[in-house]
Amino acid sequence: MQTSSLFILILALALIAYYTGLKRAQQSRRSSRLLALPAHYGYMTAMLSAFPALLLLLAWMIFEPAYLERQIELNLPASLLQGPADQLNLVINSVYLQIEGTGTADNPLLHKAAAAYNESLQKSRQMIGGLILLLGLSGIVFALSRYLTRLHARRRVEGMIRILLMACSGVAIITTIGIVFSVLFEALRFFESVSIIDFMFGTSWSPQTAIREDQVGSSGSFGAVPLFLGTILISLIAMTIAVPVGLMTAIYLAEYASRGFRSIAKPLLEVLAGIPTVVYGFFAALTVAPFIRNLGESIGLSVASESALAAGIVMGVMIIPFVSSLSDDVIAAVPQAMRDGSLALGATRSETIKQVIIPAALPGIVGGVLLAASRAIGETMIVMMAAGLAAKMTINPLEAVTTVTVQIVTLLTGDQEFDSPKTLAAFALGLMLFATTLILNVFALHIVRKYREQYE
Amino acid sequence: MNSTEIVKRSLHKRYAREKRFQFYGRAAVMVGFVFLAMLVLDITIKAMPAFSVTEIKLEVALDRASLELPAEGEISRQMISAINFGGVIKKALRDAFPEITSRKQKKLLYRLVSGGAEFDLADRLSADPELVGNDSLALWVKADDDIDTFYKLDTRTSRVDDRQVVMIEKLQADERIRTAFNTTLFSAGDSREPEQAGIRGAIVGSFWTLLVTLLVSLPVGVAAAIYLEEFAPQNRFTDFIEININNLAAVPSIVFGLLGLAVFINFFGMPRSAPLVGGLVLSLMTLPTIIIASRAALKSVPPSIKEAALGIGASKMQVVFHHTLPLAMPGILTGSIIGMAQALGESAPLLMIGMVAFIVDVPGGILDSATVLPVQIYLWSDSPERAFTALTAATILVLLGFLTLMNAIAIYLRKRFERRW
Repeated sequence: MQTSSLFILILALALIAYYTGLKRAQQSRRSSRLLALPAHYGYMTAMLSAFPALLLLLAWMIFEPAYLERQIELNLPASLLQGPADQLNLVINSVYLQIEGTGTADNPLLHKAAAAYNESLQKSRQMIGGLILLLGLSGIVFALSRYLTRLHARRRVEGMIRILLMACSGVAIITTIGIVFSVLFEALRFFESVSIIDFMFGTSWSPQTAIREDQVGSSGSFGAVPLFLGTILISLIAMTIAVPVGLMTAIYLAEYASRGFRSIAKPLLEVLAGIPTVVYGFFAALTVAPFIRNLGESIGLSVASESALAAGIVMGVMIIPFVSSLSDDVIAAVPQAMRDGSLALGATRSETIKQVIIPAALPGIVGGVLLAASRAIGETMIVMMAAGLAAKMTINPLEAVTTVTVQIVTLLTGDQEFDSPKTLAAFALGLMLFATTLILNVFALHIVRKYREQYE
Repeated sequence: MNSTEIVKRSLHKRYAREKRFQFYGRAAVMVGFVFLAMLVLDITIKAMPAFSVTEIKLEVALDRASLELPAEGEISRQMISAINFGGVIKKALRDAFPEITSRKQKKLLYRLVSGGAEFDLADRLSADPELVGNDSLALWVKADDDIDTFYKLDTRTSRVDDRQVVMIEKLQADERIRTAFNTTLFSAGDSREPEQAGIRGAIVGSFWTLLVTLLVSLPVGVAAAIYLEEFAPQNRFTDFIEININNLAAVPSIVFGLLGLAVFINFFGMPRSAPLVGGLVLSLMTLPTIIIASRAALKSVPPSIKEAALGIGASKMQVVFHHTLPLAMPGILTGSIIGMAQALGESAPLLMIGMVAFIVDVPGGILDSATVLPVQIYLWSDSPERAFTALTAATILVLLGFLTLMNAIAIYLRKRFERRW
């Protein structure tokens, strides 16, 4: 049986359970007083019949592949299993091909394993179908028993819904845990083969491990400092554009602009935030970068075609709305009394802004800038399309540099075995990226919250 | 000199400074506008060539002898698919230019039309076998992409030969070459040849991916928001959930891609490149957006309504599901659409889970290999052929069109159903 048909079976049983519960409750209402509405009894029996079966189905979906693979291994002779891990994978893959009917091997052992696989697949599916039927029916049986109408159905149903709601909000925690564990474990495996000191402080990055061990550069070198430097360089260029422009935009819109102008300008600026990053990447790579190169050449500078400057400028424009909307919020939160006080003393509006509002709003602005910086560090598509691939130790914005995110993508796209240090290095970089942005975010959110409390 | 005079003297400078400051502010706002205008203009100009395509009219001989079919009898589908359509097209080209005899020139001649012309003809014949037996059928076939660029834009690449230019001039004189609307763009999947490449596969892939995202993130997000806003006790666990949601909202999207690769693909063994995995990764990414928007919507429902319902005997759950949630629904939907728009434009995490593969077929479900619009943009922008630049820009316009539509729906919903209590 397919997973989808098992799912339909569960739903059908739940539906039957619902009507049985409902009917039972309606019948007993004639003779005695019920504790809840009849529909609640229906819901309760439906939940009783469906939830355990659903949980079982989920567990089975997770564990079935591993179980079936074990069945294949049990049915293969020991001689085939003793090879190295990748050879074993090859054998198992050819068994899978055999199962799908596309295999070409004439090894009778493989045929036998494939047959055994199919048999255990049948058995496992029959078993799970039977169990689900049993669980679903038990809910219906319970509905028929006389205990049903003695329960307070609404409370039970609401209790179950409440648990369901709580589980949904727990998804956020599970996601975080998932992120931490997936990057941490792979990163730890990476640090088994490359020392953490070499990774953090090494200045040469060339992850291209050769296929044969006797080739030149067979080990690859994983010194990530050039990547950190490149990331910082591009982010700095982006921030030098985004912070002044974003801040001035926020000040102008909050303090000077008329209501009409504001109502047009704000949504237009938010359009900048809504444009997909891949579009910015296209613009940076095909329009801004050639423009900068031509400009540089016309004044006698040699500019790389994938200069850090092009990627940085476009990234800066991308985060302008981010800086401006966060600053706008904090500037608006400065109490009007402070403005009035300063103006009453004879200060001009710009003096009020510079000497009263900005200092008062500074913690909030700093928080916003930190959040923007974390976004710049984690930005992928713009640098992927407009920055280079070769790691270079330079702080010259006219040269091509590479970033942490670019390296993660290049290391993980393309076909390679999952366990090589090359792919594991991507997870180590991911860990660095996650940790950096997490620290920046926590710090920034803390500052912003502290600041809000001050004026509330 | 008393203080009034000092102030008066400095006034001039201070007002100048005030003016300057205001000017900086105005300039800053303008920077954003100018950049936006330049971006849209640049992409629109670049995209224009992709919407039209150059076509060449050929008189194709479809009689049985030229198709190498038996002179009598029923023609089966198999016989049609076995026809050498490439030869048929080449013969039609030779017939159009009887004066060309040298091998070299013939080669140049064959390169005038797209390599996909024979497949178009094959499709046409298998759809309509009645055409077999026609002595000559006037057929507009697509030109090769270099010829196309040359004819449309008058920019010549090194791959267009002088003798080909002469041939095109002859075609032009005979009115046998034209530009038509590029329907392939919206009806075909990806291809290595720009004139045969379309974005249908990417659009359908985006649709399946977003469907999964919506089906997962909307129920889970709304449920989480209801719990946090209406039921969660004030304790450490609740605080922890909230901190997590705020942090997830700021985690770089590429990290979600790493999670998808390590957990969904390597641990659970889900298929690579599938919209199912892409959708799951994107739902984890949009979940914070939906939760935050839904909480704001739930919070804006006035307590008097809840209290009135509680007062006439509703349970807390009934209050939420019968009153608060329906009233908050417009706000929740608006937030969800904005979250979906974000997901539609996202590409970095999808690169990690293999949705960057070169896929020609239009995906038929959530388990087929697929790519999505932004990733298609990324893939094409790397191509050296000039014609792909135009296709990329056109795809960007289509993507921006979808995003505008979604945001317009969100704004409409907000305007239509927004209630001030």
